[in-house]
Amino acid sequence: MTVVLDVRDLQKTFGAVVAAKDINVTVSEHEIIGIIGANGAGKTTFVNMVTGFLKPTSGHIEFAGRNIMGLPPRTITNLGISRSFQVPQVFASESVFDNLMMAYAIAEESGLGLLSPLYNDARAVRVDNHLARYQIAEYRDATSSTLPQGIRKLLDIAMAAVSKPSLLMLDEPTSGISVEEKFDLMDIIMDALRQDQTTVLFIEHDMEIVERYVSRVLAFYQGEIICDAPVAEALVDPGVREFVIGEEYHRTRTGNGGQS
Amino acid sequence: MRYADKTVIGLSIAFLVLAFADFFMAEWVRFIGLQSLARGAVALGLLVLWRTGLVSFGHALYFGIGAYAAAMLTLIGYHDAFFLVFAGTLAAGFLAFLLGFLLRRYRGIFFALLNMAFSMILYGVIVKTEELGSTDGFSVLAPTFLGYAPEGEAVQTTLFIFTLVITYIVTVGVHLYLKTTLGGMSMAVRENEIRVEYLGYSAEKVIHVKYVFSGLVAGFGGAIMALAIGQVDPDSMANWTVSGEFVFITILSGIGNVGATFIGALVFELIRTYAFEYAPHIWQLILGGSLLTIIMFLPDGIWSLFGRLRKSEKAPHP
Repeated sequence: MTVVLDVRDLQKTFGAVVAAKDINVTVSEHEIIGIIGANGAGKTTFVNMVTGFLKPTSGHIEFAGRNIMGLPPRTITNLGISRSFQVPQVFASESVFDNLMMAYAIAEESGLGLLSPLYNDARAVRVDNHLARYQIAEYRDATSSTLPQGIRKLLDIAMAAVSKPSLLMLDEPTSGISVEEKFDLMDIIMDALRQDQTTVLFIEHDMEIVERYVSRVLAFYQGEIICDAPVAEALVDPGVREFVIGEEYHRTRTGNGGQS
Repeated sequence: MRYADKTVIGLSIAFLVLAFADFFMAEWVRFIGLQSLARGAVALGLLVLWRTGLVSFGHALYFGIGAYAAAMLTLIGYHDAFFLVFAGTLAAGFLAFLLGFLLRRYRGIFFALLNMAFSMILYGVIVKTEELGSTDGFSVLAPTFLGYAPEGEAVQTTLFIFTLVITYIVTVGVHLYLKTTLGGMSMAVRENEIRVEYLGYSAEKVIHVKYVFSGLVAGFGGAIMALAIGQVDPDSMANWTVSGEFVFITILSGIGNVGATFIGALVFELIRTYAFEYAPHIWQLILGGSLLTIIMFLPDGIWSLFGRLRKSEKAPHP
């Protein structure tokens, strides 16, 4: 399989704090990868470095054979890596439709094309199709700041997917979503992304979600990747059990009550 | 017709009416009209910035550059209005382009006051320059128009038509521009720069483009003002109070519509003229009071009056 993302010896320090250390990851086309780890383990730092939000202290990041170390987010986005955010980044005072209209316009226009009208009927059709695909069509004319959290998350991800990225990084797509809604939300996202054959990396705390949607797991602990393996293997890895999953998951898996 | 929306039609009607009225206007009315067009043009630039979430307290810088560039060219023998206004506009635009590289990195109060700081540097330079008349400024001879050299009242009549035509074109242009992708990015940058970056475009670049545009129209307004008054001086062209007036006009007009800036500028001129005429000792108080009234009762500016009218028309009868 073709390698999309190749990360070598990535380091990031903030003064004496080591946020990322010896990160080596290779991502192939069409993989769905789950990134797990406790708070502060370096998951978001990793995503921030790959997407250009943070400049790594040292290392190499190659995307589709091209060195993208130190490039700004907009350049990396244009090369084909998009991301969503833990806290949705949308145009809060605009409608859902206008949010996506802007996303499409920026993705589709460049140079003098930027001076063509933002609104055109063909683009509006594409926006409506996109809304339907992410099942937020009923919120089309609602102002983004008034949306329920789950819908706002979907909008954020839908906006990231507009440019049809080859690699999409989702930062905790299900955080702040109620347990009952989590699977529905992930189904919508994964169905939509499968149509575009997008390679997906997503940060997730819920192991049931990880088990159900990903093929491979990257487990972070104190800035390092302590486990990079297929999901079934990773979830029984002793390191992952101890530092990431903790006792509770352990108990339900093996059935022996280990709690005091 | 895709481009012939209500605003364009409204602007076109206003243009034709004013162009026709030019031949009948009393001289003082025309003078107020010219000043309103000049200041309205600057407010148009501020509107574009304002929509991007930025307020400048220093656009007297570009107004002053436009005015002084045009006026200084008359000193060395250029008198054609087209050339003077073009040169004034371009000089201001070029300066905005250069300063833009620094200013596009700032937001909020820092952006506002850095602009003011630069404008006060210009003010200081002019005041200290004896050759430019220091605080007294110097007078500007009546311009010619492509070889046509009007005399007496015809100077102002021609200047008014000249200004009206350019202002009309620029205003319609801005209105259409605001509907383009780049124009619409004002909203995007104001709302969320991070998202703009992650959609693949530079927020700073957007701001820079808008900043240069605001510099160009402010330079245009300044050059027109120099020709209209026939005089340039630092206190009415480059002082920070002039910048304040532009912000005043923008608040007065609201940012809802490009046409509103000229209505706002006209209202401003009228308030100031009459306040000065009838209450020379407290005219500033009246000006301040009217600003307060606008902020309290029409926080979205004069333009929101039109919105209210439209709403009450549509409101269902009980």
